Amino acid sequence: MSGNMNLTLKVWRQENASDKGGFVTYKAENISPDMSFLEMLDVVNESLIKKGTDPIHFDHDCREGICGMCSLYINGRPHGPKRAITTCQLHMRSFTDGETITIEPWRATAFPVIKDLAVDRSAFDRIQQAGGYVSVNTGGVPDANEIAIPKVIADEAFNSATCIQCGACVAACKNASAMLFVSAKVSQLALLPQGQPERYRRVQSMVAQMDAEGFGGCTNTGACEIECPKEISMTNINRMRRDFFTAKLFKEEEI
Amino acid sequence: MSSFTKTFSSTLGKKLIMSLTGLFLALFLIVHLIGNLQLFNDDAGKAFNEYSYFMTHFLPIKIVSYLLYASIILHAVYAVFVTISNNKARTVGYAQYNGSANSSWSSRNMGILGTILLVFIVIHMKTFWWEYHNGALPYTQYVTELQNPAAVTVTELQASGVELMHSSYIDAQNGVQVVVAKDLYQVVVEAFSHLWYVILYVLSMIAMGFHLYHGFQSGFQSLGFDHNKYFPAIKFLGLWVFSIIIPAVFAAMPIYIYFLTQ
Amino acid sequence: MILDSKIPEGPLAEKWSKHKFNLKLVNPANKRKYTVIVIGSGLAGASAAASLAELGYNVKVFCFQDSPRRAHSIAAQGGINAAKNYRNDGDSVYRLFYDTIKGGDYRAREANVHRLAEESVNIIDQCVAQGVPFAREYGGLLDNRSFGGSQVSRTFYARGQTGQQLLLGAYSALNRQIHEGKVKMYNRHEMLDVVVVDGKAQGVVTRDLISGKLETHAGHAVLLASGGYGNVFYLSTNAMGSNTTAIWRAHKRGAFFGNPCYTQIHPTCIPVSGDHQSKLTLMSESLRNDGRVWVPKTQAMAEQIRKGQLKASDVKEDDRDYFLERKYPSFGNLVPRDVASRNAKEAVDDGRGVGGSGKAVYLDFSDAINRLGKNAIQAKYGNLFDMYYQITDENPYELPMRIYPAVHYTMGGLWVDYNLQTTVPGLYALGECNFSDHGANRLGASALMQGLADGYFVIPYTLGDYLANIGPKPIDTSHPAFAETQKAVEDRLNKLLSLKGTKTVDEYHRELGNIMWEYCGMARNEAGLIKAKGLIQELKADFWKNAIVLGKNEELNMSLEKAGRVADFIELGELMVDDALNRKESCGGHFREESQTDEGEALRDDDNFAYVAAWEFTGENMPEQLNKEALVYENVKLTQRSYK
Repeated sequence: MSGNMNLTLKVWRQENASDKGGFVTYKAENISPDMSFLEMLDVVNESLIKKGTDPIHFDHDCREGICGMCSLYINGRPHGPKRAITTCQLHMRSFTDGETITIEPWRATAFPVIKDLAVDRSAFDRIQQAGGYVSVNTGGVPDANEIAIPKVIADEAFNSATCIQCGACVAACKNASAMLFVSAKVSQLALLPQGQPERYRRVQSMVAQMDAEGFGGCTNTGACEIECPKEISMTNINRMRRDFFTAKLFKEEEI
Repeated sequence: MSSFTKTFSSTLGKKLIMSLTGLFLALFLIVHLIGNLQLFNDDAGKAFNEYSYFMTHFLPIKIVSYLLYASIILHAVYAVFVTISNNKARTVGYAQYNGSANSSWSSRNMGILGTILLVFIVIHMKTFWWEYHNGALPYTQYVTELQNPAAVTVTELQASGVELMHSSYIDAQNGVQVVVAKDLYQVVVEAFSHLWYVILYVLSMIAMGFHLYHGFQSGFQSLGFDHNKYFPAIKFLGLWVFSIIIPAVFAAMPIYIYFLTQ
Repeated sequence: MILDSKIPEGPLAEKWSKHKFNLKLVNPANKRKYTVIVIGSGLAGASAAASLAELGYNVKVFCFQDSPRRAHSIAAQGGINAAKNYRNDGDSVYRLFYDTIKGGDYRAREANVHRLAEESVNIIDQCVAQGVPFAREYGGLLDNRSFGGSQVSRTFYARGQTGQQLLLGAYSALNRQIHEGKVKMYNRHEMLDVVVVDGKAQGVVTRDLISGKLETHAGHAVLLASGGYGNVFYLSTNAMGSNTTAIWRAHKRGAFFGNPCYTQIHPTCIPVSGDHQSKLTLMSESLRNDGRVWVPKTQAMAEQIRKGQLKASDVKEDDRDYFLERKYPSFGNLVPRDVASRNAKEAVDDGRGVGGSGKAVYLDFSDAINRLGKNAIQAKYGNLFDMYYQITDENPYELPMRIYPAVHYTMGGLWVDYNLQTTVPGLYALGECNFSDHGANRLGASALMQGLADGYFVIPYTLGDYLANIGPKPIDTSHPAFAETQKAVEDRLNKLLSLKGTKTVDEYHRELGNIMWEYCGMARNEAGLIKAKGLIQELKADFWKNAIVLGKNEELNMSLEKAGRVADFIELGELMVDDALNRKESCGGHFREESQTDEGEALRDDDNFAYVAAWEFTGENMPEQLNKEALVYENVKLTQRSYK
């Protein structure tokens, strides 16, 4: 097909967590511009398998930008050169014939590499386990329309809730800070009436867990919100700070 | 750990300290700048020297100045803490990093800019603050005719066994105001007569501009402030006042004096 | 074997409450003596695990993804139905029940569906309490929209990502229980077999996907909530990892497979762009609320469009055939999914398809944009439009979208009784992986409803009854069945790893997908199905000879993972074909060309096929045994579905 491309890939290969790892160069030939980035890697992997070479391991699942599993650092940016999309939604038409593409895993101490381009993001789960919920059991809750929530609040909470937990914010941040992620989770519940009873406990527990996981601090560079595939705003971080300082400095309950 | 220890050892708390100290330092810049505008007075340094005396002897200002020194130290020390822990958060870096795609240069180089400023502050304080407090500065007497304030006689006093000290009084008999002051102005003039020193200052002010371009608005964010109606004003102030006007006027001082001495 | 569906006696509306009363309870102090294993962490799995842990049971949850929040429920876009009647438009539990039975083309159990409709209202309450940010109106109350196959507005939604928001709600409840220590979560673990001891499910064999380590886990009951098997078609809207392995392994251990041929083809997906295609992207069918489906009236004009000589927006109104509106004046573009899909296929088969491949129809928003304004459309569907633009590089605000049906959901699954128990005591199936509730076709916004109803409100009751009956005796992995099952898993992995042929596993998967789509897809006929059966058997034999599986077990080995899954898909594919062959009628998503009305609609044969086909595994390479559960309709009258 005309318009197909030949590309050079510089890919991080690392056998397992304890391996040192390094870059390996591959050719990706006859790549259609309509392919997604991951489909391009599929093609490369098929040819590697046929040669008896271990395919490049990368995390992916839904391939429609919502599961948050794909996580490639492409040419110096998480999820590649385009804004507001995940790697699986990045299409090869964003690259040019003959280009060399560098593909790396997310880099953060709290996200150790498992293999090749896949990293362990369970730190995110643990942060949410520390308090990212409303403590209600199944059953015995009020009718859904008993809680009226202003549309602006509901929309704002929704904007925070769109986080797909991919970790691009951490990958993008020069400090490998997880603030955008944590604050989005904190914000969703801090905004809604359902989250009020545990609001100040929650922020303290989640921030403490975030720090314990070894993420860096926020220096407000703003890289996270630019690279977030769901365009989550840094406003969330500031909201989390207000809640955190209020909780720590003015609330009497100790966490 | 007490609640406060926990607060200020957290990633958010450390930045709270940096924010409070940084914004305090930024506020001080305004005061410092207004005071230093006296350098542009064509009065052989009288106003400047009087201002210097006031700043070092008025108790509330003295207290504030100690807060200021503490702020500089805290700001720098916490910057080191924050940088160390942030570096630990990513021990293996990227082979290719395209930071300019998502963040400003200033925001990514606050540490370097801050280090330049710290070195500058040390030199600056050595040259002026240390000299003023500990150096053998000349005393200058300014005699101003009360009837005609434009007529000022300036005399450099020579040490003659009597210890010279600051004084300011009205000599009603002669119809003059007499001011005797430690002449810091002369130190300033001497320092800024060297081109390299002027260049050092100008470069440092450029660094300060970049530092504040990110730092001023970032300081507000670290406090959790970012109201969408008011935050644009903070950003505007940060850009125009703190990263352009203030550094530019400060930089103009050594340049002005340099040309005065040529 | 006689299948006992355990449907309670009594009037339809009272069955569930009576049944709940009759179920045995487990004493609170005893609950902590039980361990329950849950496979899968989607809506059904996460909600079940959280609810059971809240009750006091110890729960172990396994998911193959790196976090429970990534389960494919996350990708559901449109919404979740609930008979709240907040809109005062005539909705009721009975109407939701009726719509679901009718939408399923009278192939679902009345009692199950009614229970689903009853619990639908509780789900919304539960989710709101958890902090799920559903769309709201300015008055602060919940907003609703209408959805395919229904004439009332009963769908609750959270912009275009209802599934993600509901799953995050269930995930947060799960997290709370993990924090409390009641749930032990195993991420990146795949279940590879069920351990059956004395006829009862008592554990599982899992593989740690990172280290390759095989582990056995014992539990008083095993809950499968592993999702659907749409990936048997290779191209589907399922996630890449979605697979049938958990339920297929359970099937081979004695769980009957219900109605495997019932697959749903979703009408509004983005068409295939080339051979490289790895999956298809669905766009919520809520788009059909404002979009109008059309193709050119003539083949000649369609040809011009395909060649790029004519732009869709330049086709005159008179030259367009809004075929759904033409054929179904009362439902128009909102006909159920199977009907919409089949009509799109008809238009394409008629040579009037559009797009480069000719395998697409238009979904046009120009009228809605003119009527409501671009901003209103953007607010409703902005993310879907962006997604479409991202994938196709075409701006849907200016040009109509191109859509084509794609495999989306499998109504079939493990056969379960009213208690959601499979034919293996102690082994349960929840959510998409069971066969219940949707009959031969699922209505839009009902999958989320079923997953959550099963997990939050059904299993906590029905499982208690089973556990109370078996008693809280301690359980561990010392029984020889554990070692034997683990050995069997190990042998199979080694067999896979010994394959050093010439074809990649993906190639086999793609081939299987082609066979399934061609002969067992939107339309099926006897000759095609017989051919497909032969092709699949050949493919299976070839796979076990010529596939390439690289690497070793003791590592993160995606070749190995895939190989195991594809091997299972191949076997399942054959069973689907068997089932489709057996069911000589058309119903819902199963369209047998031999059985259609004069107007080309699916024609049921209630006299001969009003039953659930429950297939029983009889041994490797042996024909499966068909068991029938008769479907009895006491409340609704079976009619020819009509959406005219």
